[in-house]
Amino acid sequence: MDAILEVSGLAKKFVLHQPRPTVLDVLENVNFEISPGECLVLSGPSGAGKSTLLRLLYGNYLASSGSIRVRHGQGWLELVGAEPRRVLAARRHTLGYVSQFLRVIPRVTALDIVMEPALLRGYAKKAAQAKAEALLSRLDIPEKLWSLAPGAFSGGEQQRVNIARSFMVFWPVLLLDEPTASLDDKNRQIVLELIEEAKAAGSAIVGIFHDAHALDAVASRLLHMKNEGDSPHAP
Amino acid sequence: MSALAHGMRMDAALPADVPAMENSQALMQADGLCRLFGPEQGCQDISFTLYPGEVLGLVGESGSGKSTLLSTLSGRLPPDRGRVRYRDGADWVDLYATGEGRRRALLRTQWGFVEQNPRDGLRMPVSAGANIGERLMAQGARHYGRLRQSALDWLRHVEIDISRIDDTPNAFSGGMQQRLQIARNLVSGPRLVFMDEPTGGLDVSVQARILDLLRKLVRELDLSVILVTHDLAVARLLADRLMVMRRSRIVEAGLTDQILDDPQHPYTQLLVSSILRV
Amino acid sequence: MNAARAGKAPRSGKMLPGYNFAYLDEESKRMIRRGLLKAVAIPGFQIPFGGREMPLPYGWGTGGIQVTASIITPEDVLKVIDQGADDTTNAVSIRQFFERVAGIASTTRTREATIIQTRHRIPETPLASGQIMVFQVPIPEPLRFIEPSETETATLHALGDYGIMHVKLYEDIVRHGHIATCYAYPVEVNGRYVMDPSPIPRFDNPKLHMSPALMLFGAGREKRLYALPPHTAVVSLDFEDHPFAIQRPEAACAICGSTESYLDELIVDDAGARRYVCSDTDYCQRRAEARGEARGEAS
Repeated sequence: MDAILEVSGLAKKFVLHQPRPTVLDVLENVNFEISPGECLVLSGPSGAGKSTLLRLLYGNYLASSGSIRVRHGQGWLELVGAEPRRVLAARRHTLGYVSQFLRVIPRVTALDIVMEPALLRGYAKKAAQAKAEALLSRLDIPEKLWSLAPGAFSGGEQQRVNIARSFMVFWPVLLLDEPTASLDDKNRQIVLELIEEAKAAGSAIVGIFHDAHALDAVASRLLHMKNEGDSPHAP
Repeated sequence: MSALAHGMRMDAALPADVPAMENSQALMQADGLCRLFGPEQGCQDISFTLYPGEVLGLVGESGSGKSTLLSTLSGRLPPDRGRVRYRDGADWVDLYATGEGRRRALLRTQWGFVEQNPRDGLRMPVSAGANIGERLMAQGARHYGRLRQSALDWLRHVEIDISRIDDTPNAFSGGMQQRLQIARNLVSGPRLVFMDEPTGGLDVSVQARILDLLRKLVRELDLSVILVTHDLAVARLLADRLMVMRRSRIVEAGLTDQILDDPQHPYTQLLVSSILRV
Repeated sequence: MNAARAGKAPRSGKMLPGYNFAYLDEESKRMIRRGLLKAVAIPGFQIPFGGREMPLPYGWGTGGIQVTASIITPEDVLKVIDQGADDTTNAVSIRQFFERVAGIASTTRTREATIIQTRHRIPETPLASGQIMVFQVPIPEPLRFIEPSETETATLHALGDYGIMHVKLYEDIVRHGHIATCYAYPVEVNGRYVMDPSPIPRFDNPKLHMSPALMLFGAGREKRLYALPPHTAVVSLDFEDHPFAIQRPEAACAICGSTESYLDELIVDDAGARRYVCSDTDYCQRRAEARGEARGEAS
């Protein structure tokens, strides 16, 4: 199948101005492409820049050079240097991002958090709510918590609310940053099922999985990333 | 499982609704705006484009020129140089080349302005209902019953007990006053709302409620917002993108989470690293 | 009565020595007349003028007196009323003032007067073409109760931005269940400016609309002039579901029996018994005389 995401010559260095000017070369010349239904797993030691790469793909970090092209709607969008509103539109419709951390917003209930991606796309509230409830049940969040703000939930519950939110709508490209970390076996299994369903539905997935079982279960391909070995240096 | 994955898949409408926001026409454009009160006091070299539905945050320390820029953008303070253009339907209005009548008409119909201190944005001696109804009356609404109905609807929207409709805002708490100010601005169905530290003077718990309300209303009403705040947490919660101001200039601009998570400019890095994380 | 109307009005002719005609110097009168011409040209719009010190305190009609002094001629016949009455202190002293400094004739009869200076009323007797009403105005700015800033109200007038006037009427309904403003009830003039008609009862507002007389308004303390030329459309502001209406007690005048005039309420004994009498003393007297004559002829 044709690629949906093309990365070429991608580099990221962090230029820190405080407390003294320092440059961190984190990624250099990253190249890959991925097609719908594939799951590319980023592998490599800690510090190899796996999370940095995911964040670059999501537009959360600014690339130093190179290209990230994503098929968005009818055309291609170059994310490097794109206007904020184009990145936001891509995030609304094309790029999904799942981390293990939920950004808790005061007073917003678990159900509303989960429904939000669907409402942003303009889906009917009733349908969105039905799907959100189904996902929350499936991820074992007790019904009595649905109408509460997750600020007071346990870490695992917050993580599962976040996952429910992430699988609320179909994402052509889904970026997963250790979604199964610290989940118990049962819930990890459910998340792996959700990932498989997304693949089957045609999502192209780029993910980081530390747990070997999860990796084996979902990976179509591996992208080996090694520590560049560069130490921080002055500009 | 398959019922969830396929039967209720929410991607049916995907291709059609993707470009909605991306291809829309700009709503406001600032070109080379400059208004200085002294060297690096005020704002200068300000150019940007705002699109419908965008929430733009202006961040920076006190005295960086955020509020001056907001006043200039909102038609309250003519610039020394440069221009602000606003799209009214098919028509581009040059804000300071057009008459004051047009500017004021915009300000009370298509625009809103939420002041930091609600006392500056409300008419304190008149009832909550009259505060909400004023814009409608200015637009020619002459039916008391319908004005009252709108006031009740908006009190509900902003979570003020409707039994308070005939009370003056003097009797309201700070948070209620701020919510009333929001209702008073939104009743005319504006497309663009300016906000100057809308949660500035409020307790943290009250702040959260206002932020939640603003987030909801911005989405429901598809508002464009230009928001001044020195609170980066507020910026992260409400703004789609940020412009970081320092000493009257924009030093960095971009997507909100990118600015906060991967700041490029030395000043932005300092600003972001100075926040206490809880 | 007929004799008086048939011939030229009798001038008293006696003027205090040492004063210019009608007290004010000619330059000041000309300045005020220029202001009045502007006011007539822009109905309902407030014109600033250089108010002069008058020999009575603010609040006693200094604005009205300056207007009258500027327009009066030796041939004019002046009527002065206060709350509709010709015989109250303020009315009597202003009338005597002009008799002495202008030597003009005065009258209490509405039909005979060429100039009627008034505080708080418009006569019941319909005005005629050629007559001039001069209103004493305490606060010329109708928007002030809601918007205290003078520069802001000036801008609102300039832009025709009158939403806040309805805010005030809205508040009335909130507090009283109906528009309770019963005097100085705001009007829209000639489809443009909102104007304070001075503290006349709203009962009198309809008399402003398309009146054949010229209406001049003078505010002495605030040094503002405004005007309604004859036959100007004057609409009282209201809401569709709370339309403008005049109030009048369900009573007849105890003296002349009128069921149409504006009535004053009098408490006549310690038990709180009320009587209503016409506020317009001239109107009341004419009617009472007519009834007396009718009775006399019948008997």
